[in-house]
Amino acid sequence: MSDGEKCWVRVTPCESIPLREGKAVEVGGRRIAVFNLGDSFLAVDNRCPHRGGPLSDGIVSGSTVVCPLHAWAFDLNSGAVVNHPESQACLATFPVRIEKGIVWVQIPAEEPETVCQPASYERDRPVRWVLRKTPSPANTPLITPTP
Amino acid sequence: MERLVVVGNGMAGTACVEQVLKYAKKFDITILGDETHVNYNRILLSAVLAGEKSHDEIVLNSLEWYQQHDIRLRLGVRIAAIDPVAKTVSGDDGCVTPYDKLLLATGSSPLIPPIEGVKKEGVYVFRNLDDTRALLDRARSGARAVVIGGGLLGLEAARGLQVQGCDVTVVHLMDTLMERQVDFAGGSYLKAKMECLGVKVLLGRNTAAILGNTKAEGVRFKDGTELPADFVVIAAGIRPNVELARKAGLQVNRGIVVNDFMGTSDADIYAVGECVEHKGMCYGLVAPLLEQGRVLAATLAGNTVPGYEGTVPAAKLKVMGVEVFSAGDFSESPGNDVIRFEDGALGTYKKLIVRDNRLAGVILIGETADSHRYMDWLQSKTDLREKRRNLLFPEPAADSGLDVAELPDSKTVCGCHGVTKGTIVHTILDRGLTTLAQLKECTRASTGCGSCTDLCLHLLKAVAPQFQEEEKKALCKCIPLSEDQLRDIVRSQKLRSVQEVLDIYGSGTGCAICKPALSYMMDMVWCGRHEEDRSARFINDRVHANIQNDGTFSVVPRIRGGVTSPEELRRIADVAEKYKVRMVKITGSQRIDLLGVQKSDLPAIWAELGMPSGQAYSKGVRMVKTCVGTDFCRFGVQDAIATGVELERRFENLFTPHKLKMGVVGCPRNCAEATVKDIGLVGQEGSWQVVVGGAAGKKVRKADLLVTVESAEEALQAAALFFQYYRENANYLERTYDFVERLGIERVRRETIYAAVAVQQGLRDRLRKSKANSKDAWLEGDQPRHPSQFVQIQPMENVQ
Repeated sequence: MSDGEKCWVRVTPCESIPLREGKAVEVGGRRIAVFNLGDSFLAVDNRCPHRGGPLSDGIVSGSTVVCPLHAWAFDLNSGAVVNHPESQACLATFPVRIEKGIVWVQIPAEEPETVCQPASYERDRPVRWVLRKTPSPANTPLITPTP
Repeated sequence: MERLVVVGNGMAGTACVEQVLKYAKKFDITILGDETHVNYNRILLSAVLAGEKSHDEIVLNSLEWYQQHDIRLRLGVRIAAIDPVAKTVSGDDGCVTPYDKLLLATGSSPLIPPIEGVKKEGVYVFRNLDDTRALLDRARSGARAVVIGGGLLGLEAARGLQVQGCDVTVVHLMDTLMERQVDFAGGSYLKAKMECLGVKVLLGRNTAAILGNTKAEGVRFKDGTELPADFVVIAAGIRPNVELARKAGLQVNRGIVVNDFMGTSDADIYAVGECVEHKGMCYGLVAPLLEQGRVLAATLAGNTVPGYEGTVPAAKLKVMGVEVFSAGDFSESPGNDVIRFEDGALGTYKKLIVRDNRLAGVILIGETADSHRYMDWLQSKTDLREKRRNLLFPEPAADSGLDVAELPDSKTVCGCHGVTKGTIVHTILDRGLTTLAQLKECTRASTGCGSCTDLCLHLLKAVAPQFQEEEKKALCKCIPLSEDQLRDIVRSQKLRSVQEVLDIYGSGTGCAICKPALSYMMDMVWCGRHEEDRSARFINDRVHANIQNDGTFSVVPRIRGGVTSPEELRRIADVAEKYKVRMVKITGSQRIDLLGVQKSDLPAIWAELGMPSGQAYSKGVRMVKTCVGTDFCRFGVQDAIATGVELERRFENLFTPHKLKMGVVGCPRNCAEATVKDIGLVGQEGSWQVVVGGAAGKKVRKADLLVTVESAEEALQAAALFFQYYRENANYLERTYDFVERLGIERVRRETIYAAVAVQQGLRDRLRKSKANSKDAWLEGDQPRHPSQFVQIQPMENVQ
């Protein structure tokens, strides 16, 4: 499995990602968004660097995805922000290959800098916590540009 | 000072006087008009009939204008005789006015064909402002109108009456419409368009008689068939007013014969406009009149100018919403080359006639942006040999200003106001104009019929250093078409999926703006029978829940009218506990919101709630808020709850251009705030008010009254007409309050509750079809459209 410091991981059959849509998947402690662009599959960090929106739920146009929360757009090939030139933020991108109808994603072997929260994160909290403000993602720089 | 007397206060005479005033003050001017109005833009009478412009808006010269220029104006006087020897004119009221120079601008009258009974009550003509007012008084929703004449005037009358809600039939003698301006193919296109808009067209019918005793009750054709009518409009053409000139002994053929300097056979009498005949031609369009006025003004001023050489007949107009341009001679005779382009589905038709390598005639339908290029070729008799390969489509210009740069400064850009290119360019530069609105204000260019708007924009773009493009109507940068155009295309080309539109008319990929807009359009146009593409929908409409700032979702079940039950509340409470919902909130819309739900829990939650989707996440029908009305309230005068629940039932599950909120209240105390809702029903003693376009969001707006009706069912029906009309005509993401404000409540009323029966039926039918094809979105919890629609994907292997 290991490829230097990165490893290829079998993620999901191609057909579980509808055409021109994305799906979130948690691999090695990272939440990744995998997109089916018809002629290719691409994978990026699922967390929008602006306010943490789930990019896998965004509208795909060509090889761009638009975050469902505040419409920040990202180029899925490079991870670059498309419509906010003032932002230096960049999504981590992950190489993808297709083998026998299975989507493989290559991820770095080391732990991610920010550990993503488990899917049941909010549910385990007592209900009285609801008024607590979630920490502003702006305080947590989290994305390393792809090499 | 010499006395100049003008007989006729219409566009031609007054335009000539305007030109005369530009020269040194040489004349003491008197204008005598038989209409009782100041000079107005006759071209825009059809807009008045259609309710798009008021009487005041088409005035060209106000009373102040006459006063400022010391012009003696006498209105409502018909000149009965000219004495060329004594040099006087006398009116039918006995007044005698002496002149040194006399200008006849008597215009023309409606041509009345030999039809029996044209004097009956209920037979109208459509020529001046008084005729238009009479027609407006007569036009009633559902009234049957027969328009005799399928030329330009007839079609404009038909359009106006149709907009007023009349059931209109156009009867034409020839076998094709507007045969003077377009050929057979063009006429067929116009006919199809008109029929599509609900105007019936009968061709090749020779009207013999108006039926009825004293009042028109129908028409009978030569072939014996009859057509019932509540009133009849004769718009069969015009006839130059020449009697006055003939009695005065001037040379008259069809019109008053004039030379190249607009002189008649009497040295001190001139004539311009529709009443004249120059080299055998009579003109009924505005551009020649203005040209004649200019030549005459210069002549009167004593200048030697090139004489009038005749005008290539050209018309640029909008018939029933279709742009039409026609110029020159477009008959197909031997020796002429015919170049033709036709895309019936796009509604574009172009035909050029080339004779001896020069353009002889042109017809453009649907797309008239190139008209000035063809006009130039016609007027300058350009040799087209080199351009032969690019006749129908312009060579890509090096820059957009190039084309307009070629126009001479003297070229009239705005025919309605006689504004030349030179004037526009100088005004832009002198005053530093940057927008079309400013240009309109300063020069009046493009404020008439509006056909020169594109040209004005090009000039601004080319000349103004800081030209500001007015807000573009195009949907987005992927698709250079407006939503109106796209709806037409989707219908005519039978496109049933978003991707097809993007592939054919857009960039192929689309964007987050156009994809949801097109998704809406598909659903609306095909009444739900389209190819749904969830990838083009916003996430809320993929999973039928509202995404929150942390990526979780909110769930709002349908609680019609805000009326729920202990059982429902118990289930909601159970679900909230079981799924550890982070917050349970009563919304401002009398609903219950479960916040902080994971996508993968949605189907189970829906199933356990056992309630339909409240659609609180989509651009669609949100809810009806109600007060308790007569059920419990001691002030209630109408049954707000039952009516509100029914209203919600009728529209629920349907998409709308933007979210749509409604309210029903049982008395004018308005406890459920119906007057700030998109659609509100306000109960009153014995009646219901239906109000639309209210808002209490980013903007607060009191709703406009659509109609007051007696019964709740009538109120629901009126609401349905508005609802479907909004669905079909608003731009995507346009709330009703912007939509109503953009169109004006008058127009909304005209096209909904006062629309022709057939139009209303169409709205109702399409609404019914859409409703039949809609369903509760939460049913997808059991039958997902895609196996992974709500599923959190788990990787097939774990990383060590």
